[in-house]
Amino acid sequence: MSFKPQHELHQRRFGRNMGVGLSLAAFVVLVLAMTIVKVTSGDFKFPQAQAAEQN
Amino acid sequence: MTDASIQASTLREDEASFGDYFALLKPRVMSLVVFTALVGLLAAPVTVHPVIGFCAILFIAIGGGASGALNMWWDADIDMVMKRTKGRPIPAGKVEPGEAMSLGLALSGMSVIMLALATNVMAGAFLAFTIFFYVVVYTMWLKRATPQNIVIGGAAGAFPPVIGWIAATGTMSVEPWLMFALTFMWTPPHFWALALFMRNDYDDAGVPMLTVTHGRRATRVHILVYTILLALLAVGTAFSGIGGPIYLAVAVVMNALFLLGALKIWRRDEEDSEQDNFKAERSFFKLSLLYLFLHFGAILTEALLKPFGLGGW
Repeated sequence: MSFKPQHELHQRRFGRNMGVGLSLAAFVVLVLAMTIVKVTSGDFKFPQAQAAEQN
Repeated sequence: MTDASIQASTLREDEASFGDYFALLKPRVMSLVVFTALVGLLAAPVTVHPVIGFCAILFIAIGGGASGALNMWWDADIDMVMKRTKGRPIPAGKVEPGEAMSLGLALSGMSVIMLALATNVMAGAFLAFTIFFYVVVYTMWLKRATPQNIVIGGAAGAFPPVIGWIAATGTMSVEPWLMFALTFMWTPPHFWALALFMRNDYDDAGVPMLTVTHGRRATRVHILVYTILLALLAVGTAFSGIGGPIYLAVAVVMNALFLLGALKIWRRDEEDSEQDNFKAERSFFKLSLLYLFLHFGAILTEALLKPFGLGGW
């Protein structure tokens, strides 16, 4: 028994799912990169330290 | 239920691809937003971390794209009638209007919050206001109500460099507003030239463009008046903090060409235009794209040369 060739519609659905997946993965990487930059920048302070400084 | 009936109920030949959803974000408009916001960000007199700068531009672009999707959702009835927009995902039947609205709303919220987190709250607030202005003030209200739709609605397209500047500095000054004014004054002649050679489109859709409400002669006069005001502003900007000799040279040449184009359009009547299929109007429209690109390119060049002791006065 041979498999049927993939319907064009399924290719389109796969492309759509792949697009959404890659977009979400890119978003995660972006948020991670942004967090690293913010945390390692010189003016970053943890909230407790900031509150202690203000008191 | 047989396999055949499942197939029939779940398969739609015109089902949207990822590209159709991306098309809802108006990629061409997004590229203009990216470019002008980038110039606003880089022309600011502060250094921004490349990752933060990238995030800022990306979220501004997504915010611009989100407002494009909301515009397509609201204007689906107009897009269906106009030749220029018939192929868009909603009139083409690939995407449901509700999907476009959901995508637009979700991306609007995400882009505003992420821009505020990546840079500062003021930048996020300005992006939120820009989306509101484009979707509610322009798309829902002015576009169908007044021939001045393009003039006031053009403000939405002029905000990106201001947002870019605020994202970098967290403060406001006169320079980003000069970039705003440049885009704001450029928009009417750009769109009115388009309206001159796409008149039937706007007529059919019932959009009160100046060509429809006040006639083509009045539109030609308006193009000339706005181009004169734009030239004064564009050349005057050369002597501000974002200007310099390179910008001045570009502004003088481009505004001379733009004025000549506007004069040509003003002198022509409908018979002349019909005879050569609106050649002057079409070339003025094309020139207007180059005009904006070169002005912002010159501002960017001046800014990039400053660290080397060049650029600016």
